[in-house]
Parts: sequence; structure tokens; C-alpha cells
Amino acid sequence: MNKMNANNVLLQCKDLTKIYVQGLIVANSVVGAKNVTFDIKRGEIVSLVGESGSGKSTVAKMILRLIKPTSGDILFNGENILSYDIRDYYRRVQAIFQDPYSAFNPFYKIDRVLDKAFGLRNDHYSSDKRKEITESTLKSIGLNPDEVLGRHPHQLSGGQMQRILVARSLVIGSELLIADEPTSMIDASTRAGILNLLLDLKRERGLSVLFITHDIGQAQYLSDRIVVMKKGEIVEQGPVDEVFVNPKHPYTKDLLASVPRLYEKWEYT
Amino acid sequence: MVGHLLEIEELKGYYRGTFGVVFGVDGVSLTLDSGEIMGLAGESGCGKSTLAELVSGSPPPLLHYEGGKILIDGFDIYHIDPEVLRTEVKCKRMSYVPQASMESLNPVKRIRGFIMDVVKERTGKKPSREEVLKTAGDHLKKLGLESSVLDRYPLELSGGMKQRVVIGISTLWNPKLLVIDEPTSALDVTSQKHMIKSLLDLKQAGVIESMLYISHDISSLRQLCDRCAVMYCGKIVETGSMDDIINNPRHPYTQGLISSVVSYDPEGRQKGALKSIPGEHPDLRNPPPGCRFHPRCPYAKDVCKTTEPAVIKAEKGRRECACCLRLDE
Repeated sequence: MNKMNANNVLLQCKDLTKIYVQGLIVANSVVGAKNVTFDIKRGEIVSLVGESGSGKSTVAKMILRLIKPTSGDILFNGENILSYDIRDYYRRVQAIFQDPYSAFNPFYKIDRVLDKAFGLRNDHYSSDKRKEITESTLKSIGLNPDEVLGRHPHQLSGGQMQRILVARSLVIGSELLIADEPTSMIDASTRAGILNLLLDLKRERGLSVLFITHDIGQAQYLSDRIVVMKKGEIVEQGPVDEVFVNPKHPYTKDLLASVPRLYEKWEYT
Repeated sequence: MVGHLLEIEELKGYYRGTFGVVFGVDGVSLTLDSGEIMGLAGESGCGKSTLAELVSGSPPPLLHYEGGKILIDGFDIYHIDPEVLRTEVKCKRMSYVPQASMESLNPVKRIRGFIMDVVKERTGKKPSREEVLKTAGDHLKKLGLESSVLDRYPLELSGGMKQRVVIGISTLWNPKLLVIDEPTSALDVTSQKHMIKSLLDLKQAGVIESMLYISHDISSLRQLCDRCAVMYCGKIVETGSMDDIINNPRHPYTQGLISSVVSYDPEGRQKGALKSIPGEHPDLRNPPPGCRFHPRCPYAKDVCKTTEPAVIKAEKGRRECACCLRLDE
């Protein structure tokens, strides 16, 4: 049983701690994350929820090897992420961020963004083959290649740009997608499209997603499991129907009570 | 004047510049009664904030008032002497809190300095220090802030506190109407709840009479508004009571907007997939002819491409909907 579980686990964070130290003479330390332990299985969407400053993005940055943890390990496929060659690691782990508008170089066309992504792969396709893969990937996520290719970023909407970033990680063929608040700059009416896309990719390709958000509604719609963070520490984690239906920790209860709901008004005490 | 505190009639406001003409607000009519909280919902780029800027009486440089009427407590704000507008409307009856205004506090000034400035500007004479600080302290208490906040610098306050300070400053003179633009969009859920409660407390305490609350987040509008107007592409497509808009939306756009909201449900995950509205919000420089929603509307017919829908009123004008296809009902 144990062995089977171990095979299924894609990413494991063990006692992850990050302390930011500031100041030259008098060191001032801020705890970014403290003893964060959780794992992501293959084909699973895990949501990291919490208020701003709770350390959600710190965890994401450590997983993406953008900052070094003060202590603790991150294992990807059972091996420490630092033991991977960096190119090899980014072939497997990709990210999309909050602001799609600033993720593109405004001088280049979309084609180039997608074409350059092949640089991370080792298969040296011909340009025709690359184009073919790009087009079929764009189609698979509901974008019309004719509408997107050959355009500059400013000609596209936020929702389209965010989809292209997802397409980029699909072209690379990554196994884990870190999505750090990918919908917060996208309008409610098109937001559902991005969420449904992530769900489809999970079902069809077995993509694992670490979804970072402060929007409880989105986390509930999307995830299999929830990790609730507060001030750098995990206060509660478990399957979505447990954490959001029967929250145990007082902080989770508090958080859930403050979520504005569409069909119900708050009662003030 | 009977009833209406704010009356907007066929209001037009366009941005003019090297980029061409942007039809930001294009024929909006709206009434707000005394004692009501009105929500204004819609996607980004639909003209919500433009409408608020026009109502504020001081639109930014490129935005021009192009016709129509705005009456605030009987004052036709675009056809009166600017000095009367300033002293009678802006300094007494109406207060406008723009988007991200909490970032506009001067970082090198204490909050009390800011308040002294505002009071001096408003009354035209140098106020007595103790008196002002006492009233201001009492006033901030209604918003759930300690009076010691007055001696702090903006950087010592959290986002929620800064936002409440800004609202406190704008409601110092008990304005009848508060126009407030996205006050909670930069706040966490817990401070958002706190914020909305403070606004309701202000109304309860009689500091403000009514409010025009602009937000893209319908779930949060739900928590405090009595009525709601939904805006799309520079026009209002539907108005009605908050309950009706959510439970019984009539315009196809409102229906799409409501069904695309991801709402938390303590009973468990919602059944069925979320629906999004296909397509994108049109560019206001070049709005589609006929009904502006027709390129994205699931029920669009030929008539929608050419005819601009008339506003259908029901329930004594409390409920309005601008859609041709709803005529049959």
C-alpha cells in the first residue's frame, strides 16, 4: 500500500521553511513559510488557499526553484528537485502567473513564444513539425490558431493570453503546472473558461496542478484537495469536501464565514 | 423634488484623444432614492468607473461630458456654476471615493494632517485643531478604527484600515450620497467583510443616506445592496432589486454573468460545469450596431443586429430591462 502511494506522488514538500532575512547590521527576519508539508499526486489539483501574506507564493517560488528554502526538502518523482538539471526540471514543472499582460515581450509575435518553448525539449523537431504541434495544442485548448498566431500580445485579450501560457506549458509537455492566481486579472465572464480548461487537462492528460488562490469559490470548484495556510503555516489540509464542508480549524471556519456568497446574505452579529 | 436623490438621464460621456472616441457612457438613465444602496455591476471596460467619474462632477482630463443630465438632490451638476457645484454639492451632498484611493494618502503626512487639510479646504477657514480632531476621532470610531489612527502614517496601517480611513475622510461632513468605486477589490476576504459591515454601519448611524457602490464582484454586491444595475458596453442593460437580479435575471447578459460566478457553497461543490460567456467584451471605440450584446448573445436573432433595444419598464420603473427578445414575455 505504502509503495503504491509513493509511486503516485508527484511532488512532495517536507518541512519546508523559508525565513527571509533583511538588514545588514541588525538582522530582521520574517517567516515566509514554516514547516510546510504536503504532497501532490499525479493527475490531482491541489489548491493552496489563504489570505495575502500567508506564504502561498513563497511555497510556489520554492517549488519553482526561484528561491532556496532555508530548510526542508522538495521531492519531485521521489528525488530532490535540486538534483535535477535545471532545464530538465523546467521541462517537467511549468508555471502560469497572475498577470498575463506582463508575461509576454510586446515586441514579438505569439508564434515566437510558442516556438521558443520547443527549446526546452530535446527532440529537435523541424519547423513544420513544430508548427503542427503548436496548432494542434492551441486547438485542443479551444483557441483558433488563425486568430492567435501571427499576432502581437496587445492584440489579444487577457483570457487568450493566459490560455497561450497554458498552451506553452503543454507544448513543453510538463507534468506539473503551478498556477499562481491565474484568474485574478481576468473577468468573471471569461474566468470560467480558464478553470474548465484546467479541469479538462487534468482529466484528459493527467496534468497535476498546484492552484494558488484566495478565492474560495474557485478552489472549491477546481480542486481535489485543499491546503489552507495562515502566516506561513499550514493550518488544515484534506479533501475538498472535508475542508470546505466540515472545517475543523477555527481559522478555516473564519475564512469560510467571510466569503461573500451569491445566494445568501451575511448575518451580522 | 420628490424622492430621487440622484437622477441620471440619458447621460453621455466620451473619452476623446489621439486614440479616437471611446463611448464610455452612452445613454445611461438611472435613479437612486434616498436611503437606498445601489450596486453597479459589469465586466471591466464596460463603463462602470466612467459613470462614477461623471457623477463625481470632476471627470478626468480626457473624459468629456457630452449630454444628458445628472441631478444630485436637485442640482443639475453640469449646468450650474462650478463654485456652487463645489460648495453645495461636492462639499455637502456628495462624496466620491475613487478606485485605489487608499494608495493616494500622502506617505509623509500623518492622517490628522490630511484631515486638517480637507476640513480647511471645505470650510474655507482654518479650523480649530482640537475640535476637528475630536470630531474626526469620533467619526473614525463609527468605522471601527481607534482614534489613535490619527497620529499614524499611512504606511503603518493595513490595507483595510487605509481604505476605512479614506472612507472616513470622505464622509466627515455627512454627505447624502456616497459614490464608491471598488473599495474591496484589493482586500482579503476577511477585511472585505469588515469593510462592508463598516459601510452598513455608517448608513445605520445616519452618516450617509444612500450609496452608489461599484464592483465587478456580484457576490459582494449581494451583501449590501438593495438594488442593482448591470452595465454592458456603456449602457445599462438591466436594473432591479438585488434579489431579482440574482434569482430571476432577465437580460441574457445578466443571466450569463450570474451563471459564470464561482460561488463557495458550504454544502459541497456545485454540480455541473461553470459556464462562461463566449467571446470578449467589445472595444468601446467601436461598439457593435443594434443590441450591443448580440455578438455574444446565445439567443441573438436578425433583429438584434440592427435594432437597438428599447428599455422595458416594469414594477413602476423599479425594474428595467433592455432586450428585444424579452418583449414576448
